[in-house]
Amino acid sequence: MKKKILSLTLILAMAASVLAGCGGASASGSDTFKIGGIGPTTGGAAVYGIAVRNAAELAIKEVNAAGGINGYQVEYKFEDDELDNEKSLNAYNTLKDWGMNLMIGCVTSGCCTAVAAESSKDNMFQLTPSGSSTDCTAGNDNVFQVCFSDPNQGIGAADYIGQNGLATKVAIIYDSSDVYSSGIYEKFVAEAASQPFEIVSAEAFTADSKTDFSVQLQKASDAGADLVFLPIYYTEASLILTQANTMGYAPKFFGCDGLDGILGVENFDPSLAEGVMLLTPFAADAEDAATQKFVSDYKAAYGEIPNQFAADAYDAIYIIKAAAEKANATPADSVADLGTKMENAMREITVDGLTGAAMSWDAEGAVNKAPKAMQIVNGNYSLIQ
Amino acid sequence: MKEKKISKNLQDNLITIGIVVVGYVIVTILSASGVLSNLLQGLLVPLCAYIILAVSLNLTVGILGELSLGHAGFMCVGAFTSAFFSKCTEGVITVAPLRFILALLIGSLTAALIGFLIGMPVLRLKGDYLAIVTLAFGEIIKNIMNVLFIGKDSAGFHFSMKDSLSLNMEPDGMVIINGAQGITGTPKDSNFTIGVILIVLTLLIVLNLINSRDGRAIMSIRDNLIAAESVGIHITKYKLMAFTISAALAGVAGVLYSHNLNSLMATPKNFGYNMSIMILVFVVLGGIGNIRGSVIAAVILTLLPELLRGLNDYRMLIYSIVLIVMMLYNWAPNMIAFRKRMANRFSKKKEVA
Repeated sequence: MKKKILSLTLILAMAASVLAGCGGASASGSDTFKIGGIGPTTGGAAVYGIAVRNAAELAIKEVNAAGGINGYQVEYKFEDDELDNEKSLNAYNTLKDWGMNLMIGCVTSGCCTAVAAESSKDNMFQLTPSGSSTDCTAGNDNVFQVCFSDPNQGIGAADYIGQNGLATKVAIIYDSSDVYSSGIYEKFVAEAASQPFEIVSAEAFTADSKTDFSVQLQKASDAGADLVFLPIYYTEASLILTQANTMGYAPKFFGCDGLDGILGVENFDPSLAEGVMLLTPFAADAEDAATQKFVSDYKAAYGEIPNQFAADAYDAIYIIKAAAEKANATPADSVADLGTKMENAMREITVDGLTGAAMSWDAEGAVNKAPKAMQIVNGNYSLIQ
Repeated sequence: MKEKKISKNLQDNLITIGIVVVGYVIVTILSASGVLSNLLQGLLVPLCAYIILAVSLNLTVGILGELSLGHAGFMCVGAFTSAFFSKCTEGVITVAPLRFILALLIGSLTAALIGFLIGMPVLRLKGDYLAIVTLAFGEIIKNIMNVLFIGKDSAGFHFSMKDSLSLNMEPDGMVIINGAQGITGTPKDSNFTIGVILIVLTLLIVLNLINSRDGRAIMSIRDNLIAAESVGIHITKYKLMAFTISAALAGVAGVLYSHNLNSLMATPKNFGYNMSIMILVFVVLGGIGNIRGSVIAAVILTLLPELLRGLNDYRMLIYSIVLIVMMLYNWAPNMIAFRKRMANRFSKKKEVA
């Protein structure tokens, strides 16, 4: 009995110390902006989370070196959400304990939607670099997007194919277990009804079966499709291109911003991607000075060529800076007041960034910018004029 | 004298429930005085869900003695059916607690029904085979949820297994389950108090079952199936009973989980085999058949990765090392002998002093 009581007291003491130990009071009235970021830095989607983390860090260093936002320096912290909606809430709460007053994130749509439900209660200003689902912004006044929303990408792609007469028979291969992919797919199909091409096959795969695409390709081939639309990420797309080549099936391939990065896939022959078209807001080897500076700085700091997630995050920091300057925001404002100021400013500002010129935001929080169509020519992304 | 003598079982059970209640009181006081961090406040409801999951799986693994790797599947069933119900009736039933109780009943009963249906053929298998079949079942549930589309409009419900366009809804329609995007906008009806009440209920159900006539029958099946059969115990009935109750409680955890999240998706992370194994880890580390151990292990192992956030990218590495160390400490024969020696020396010294 004595031992039991002893162990019980020990457990209680331990629990109490654990709970008390974490009770961090959030700093108020500080003299720095605290920007928190959330994204997956471990697990399958770590590439995207790490890209966002690094690029935002790079931008914040530049901003601080140039004197900060409205004369205030910026602190930065990034938390891992493991690509799990539940864990993303933990990350959000951790950042709140740290004293975050502005937020960039989340990197993925599902996590972004889950966090937005909480952040809208706090009226925390939230700018997602790459959470493209409309659920992220719908009904949440505090959430804004840097990337195109999924419907806009799907509609944009269908319009582009139709208007430029790229194909008459289109096949689609998409990932039904992925929010991004199925979101674009649905809008593409809806928009395609009013376009001068016909969808001859639409085949899905899931996260559990993303290594062999011969069935989907065979169906597309049998249906006589002359263009295959790939609203998916580049890792699967590289497999599709390789397997289509082995089959001897050579349609046109058309993708969205998820295909950006396909030339960097290990053990993938870039010549297979020759002629692939994609609608993406960013290409690492674009000629303009801002992009080139960003790419060389990023490469120097992190040893990699940045992808479009990185570019979105880099833009996000400068968008926050522009909005905060417009709103004349200071870190002394409470989180909710700061949120209201930033939200009003966001609907007024126009920002030129790496992922688009003259970006502006509508009442819902979605971005207005022109999509760019790129084509892979001689192993490089080049803009189609 | 007789009335004063409390049985050892009852005393043991009271301690387990006491720990939960004391924990609840401490956390409520800390929360009211504003000392509790946002992170911990956000973790309270998931913690309750994980405790219920661990206790319910312990019923299958520890008491019935069958290895089930599909527990997250039952949780998934409970989560989706109840979130579906709450989303549909959000405008009709405006009293949140009432809606939650109904959702709870629906979630747990559906999970129980599925558990019963799965259990009938599956419980004829033993050991590895049962583990493999339950693993497959969990994956099937998760994948079905990923291709299921249900919408509601003025004409009623529409179902599809293809995409949300083929629901052919009226313009006023609302997609409730949107395939891989799951259910968005579940009302946040669960809170810590409800969670703790559910934990206590779960503990009462499980502990009472263990100490009842039925519970002894279930344990006799675990200990020696042939002997149990020879004394006239209805094997299938008791196996199914334990399995169904375990599934229903996992459904309860799912209801709690889904009503805490605005965006519910069936990913490999939350309803796949990863989660099933995670729950099994709670059970194994807490001690197979030890209900109190499951509660404590679930709390520690859920808090640990969050409290290690300060270590950035190394936290998952540290977390796995901690798991290995704990496993060795609990189960390695040499370690058990060492612990016994230390315990003996400790108690002897005490006596001398």
